Amino acid sequence: MSAYAGRTRSQIRWEARLWVAQRASAMVLALCVLVHLATIVFAVRGGLSAGEILSRTRGNGAWLAFYVLFIAAVAIHAPIGLRTIFAEWLGWRGRSLDIAAALFAVLIAAAGLRTVLGLYA
Amino acid sequence: MQRYEVPAAPSQTILDLVTYIQRALDPTLSYRFACRVGMCGSCAMTVNGRPRWTCRTHVAKVAGEGEVTIEPLKNMPVVKDLTVDMREFFDKWARARGAFVPSEDAARDFAVVPPSSPERVEADAAIECIGCGVCYAACDVVAWNPDYLGPAALNRAWTLVNDLRDDGQPERLLAVAGDAGCHACHSHESCRTYCPKSLNPTASIAGLKRATARAALRGEL
Ligand code: SF4
Ligand code: SF4
Ligand code: FES
Repeated sequence: MSAYAGRTRSQIRWEARLWVAQRASAMVLALCVLVHLATIVFAVRGGLSAGEILSRTRGNGAWLAFYVLFIAAVAIHAPIGLRTIFAEWLGWRGRSLDIAAALFAVLIAAAGLRTVLGLYA
Repeated sequence: MQRYEVPAAPSQTILDLVTYIQRALDPTLSYRFACRVGMCGSCAMTVNGRPRWTCRTHVAKVAGEGEVTIEPLKNMPVVKDLTVDMREFFDKWARARGAFVPSEDAARDFAVVPPSSPERVEADAAIECIGCGVCYAACDVVAWNPDYLGPAALNRAWTLVNDLRDDGQPERLLAVAGDAGCHACHSHESCRTYCPKSLNPTASIAGLKRATARAALRGEL
């Protein structure tokens, strides 16, 4: 299918969907970052200790749900962006790049979930 | 880089400088132009690092210390001196399905397209492109991603996506999607900044992003 600069229909569809995923995750992130920053400002009023943090996060279902969503958005958004940067600046393209980006997504998700579960449980 | 001294003249354009050099100083100098009045778009070059129509650029406006640097357009192979090879640029118009595809019905009767219909308004805003290549030379993504169709070809495709008479839409959306198409655009608007016709290819490409994303989500891509 050289008509599409050597790309197959499914590759093009994949790129278009990645673009949608990045846009959608960006919207979620914009909201999450605001809530996250506001929460920090609110939480540190009058000093903050590890004990205080844990007393708020332990068993807090709403808190858990929010940060799981936040981590999911980061794990989707960042690898897609990095993938584009690698392709454009280093000329790294193709399957190996997709695998690297997917691994990076797993890494972000795992590290994020580990932290959040540590504060929740 | 060659240096030339050219006498100043009133209302002198960059194209006047180049023409003077070729006629009086270096007859081997190669460059392109035709209309000299900003209609054909063939005189585009890089002036002090920026892509411009040289016939519409006054020396007084750009030569700060009485010096000006004139180079060929970027992102296209140089044929000689200030002349670039625009084949790839125009091939990409074809690759973006920039040709009208007539439908069976269109031949039977006149299509009624109200000037105020949203599609016609979108097409109107993008239709005046004359293919000068300035936007293409200004686009970083073209430099980073040689397959990228670029602002002019995508802008052209957008006019046809909005053409109710055109019968080539599914193929066209596929041709303009993905990392060689509209989804590679960073929306940083260099194309819009430098287009001598004040067109906004960034907006056209944003339209293509919406249209292709919708098609991709519906499974129609
Ligand atoms: S807005 Fe898109 S097409 Fe225009 S210069 Fe930027 S990347 Fe290129
Ligand atoms: S969009 Fe503007 S800069 Fe680009 S080719 Fe058309 S007229 Fe030239
Ligand atoms: S020579 Fe025709 S636009 Fe400059």
